[in-house]
Amino acid sequence: MSTIVKIDRLTKSYKDIDAVKDVSFTLEENKIYGMLGRNGAGKTTIMHLLTAQSFPTSGEIEVFGENPYENDRVLRRICFVKESQKYPNTFKVRDVLDVAGALFPNWDRSFALSLVEDFRLPLKRKVVKLSRGMLSAVGIIVGLASRAPLTIFDEPYLGLDAVARSLFYDRLLEDYAEHPRTIVLSTHLIDEVSRMLEHVILIDRGRLLLDEESEHLQGRAYTVVGSSDKIEAFGAGKRVLSREAMGGLTTITILSDSALEDRKQAQSLGLELAQVTLQQLIVHLTGNKNDRKEANVQ
Amino acid sequence: MSSLIDDSRPIFMQIAERIENDIIEGRLAEESQVPSTNQFAAFYQINPATAAKGVNQLVDQGILYKKRGIGMFVAEGSRARLLENRKEQFYEQYVVTMIREAEKLGITAEQLTDMIRRGERSQ
Repeated sequence: MSTIVKIDRLTKSYKDIDAVKDVSFTLEENKIYGMLGRNGAGKTTIMHLLTAQSFPTSGEIEVFGENPYENDRVLRRICFVKESQKYPNTFKVRDVLDVAGALFPNWDRSFALSLVEDFRLPLKRKVVKLSRGMLSAVGIIVGLASRAPLTIFDEPYLGLDAVARSLFYDRLLEDYAEHPRTIVLSTHLIDEVSRMLEHVILIDRGRLLLDEESEHLQGRAYTVVGSSDKIEAFGAGKRVLSREAMGGLTTITILSDSALEDRKQAQSLGLELAQVTLQQLIVHLTGNKNDRKEANVQ
Repeated sequence: MSSLIDDSRPIFMQIAERIENDIIEGRLAEESQVPSTNQFAAFYQINPATAAKGVNQLVDQGILYKKRGIGMFVAEGSRARLLENRKEQFYEQYVVTMIREAEKLGITAEQLTDMIRRGERSQ
């Protein structure tokens, strides 16, 4: 597997605020990544830096082995679909597709047109007259039909209903199977995309919290329910992400480095482990419940 | 998103189990071709690497085999082997659990056998 993006100790500061702080990770060829985290965590800033749309305060970025800044060779191989992509006022849907066709070397016009039909987009309508959902569909079509070796979708589906989102996932997976490439999906709808992700990058407050294969990650996280005394005994020395008690029962969620041994230990205590969804895990990891508890103590 | 897949266990395991079930219940005959990993991925809306992991697990166990350039096929004798495995699993999952629960409720071994017979009659 070859590395196509290398980010090393990346920091982006605005005055005295660090939007991104000391983030390092790599992206491999032909994998689907989830760039996850709460609003304002720094995901979009990282994607802007990655696509050479702003300069880092410090740190190194290498895309396809080169510095991406004002580097046409690199930038033609990246397609970045933004949440709030702006198009010239005079542009019709057709014009957007024509420009994309001129911009991206791998552009597949007939695929783009079949997606236009799938999403029921009016080709001749001006982009400014499109509904929010239709505008999102334009971005999705450009992202898919560009077949760029690095395709980034940043919250691509504002205003899209469940049917259109499902269509997006279907087309993405079908086309990815035929034309593998690196895809980065940034989204809040973690439950919807979690099964498509091969790898998860979790950003919280500008820092990298997790960089891990999603299956491995989900294998490490579990909840366990049982009588409070047993659960406390079981949870001792483990990384407990959340704890809820009701009556004599306690539920804890754990992120473990030795899930297999934990399972055996749980069995010997008569406790059963249940898997945690990626969404639940991320809520536990980035929720500020713990902060509040600390604040209350103070 | 397919409701055929749930979040209770790793997805690749569920893919492997679905193929196993299809073999056990005869929907996939021995020596017949199995859908490709890309077809599984598209159908269940999952990452193709995950689907491949489920399929490869069955290849490693000799349940499926690869024909180069053509695809995956169900190995001869795999149904009987899967049935054997499942019976063992049945013992672990149901019988052992049932006995443990019965002990908790103070059900004697004799009462338990009576219950099984009663269950059989009501079928």
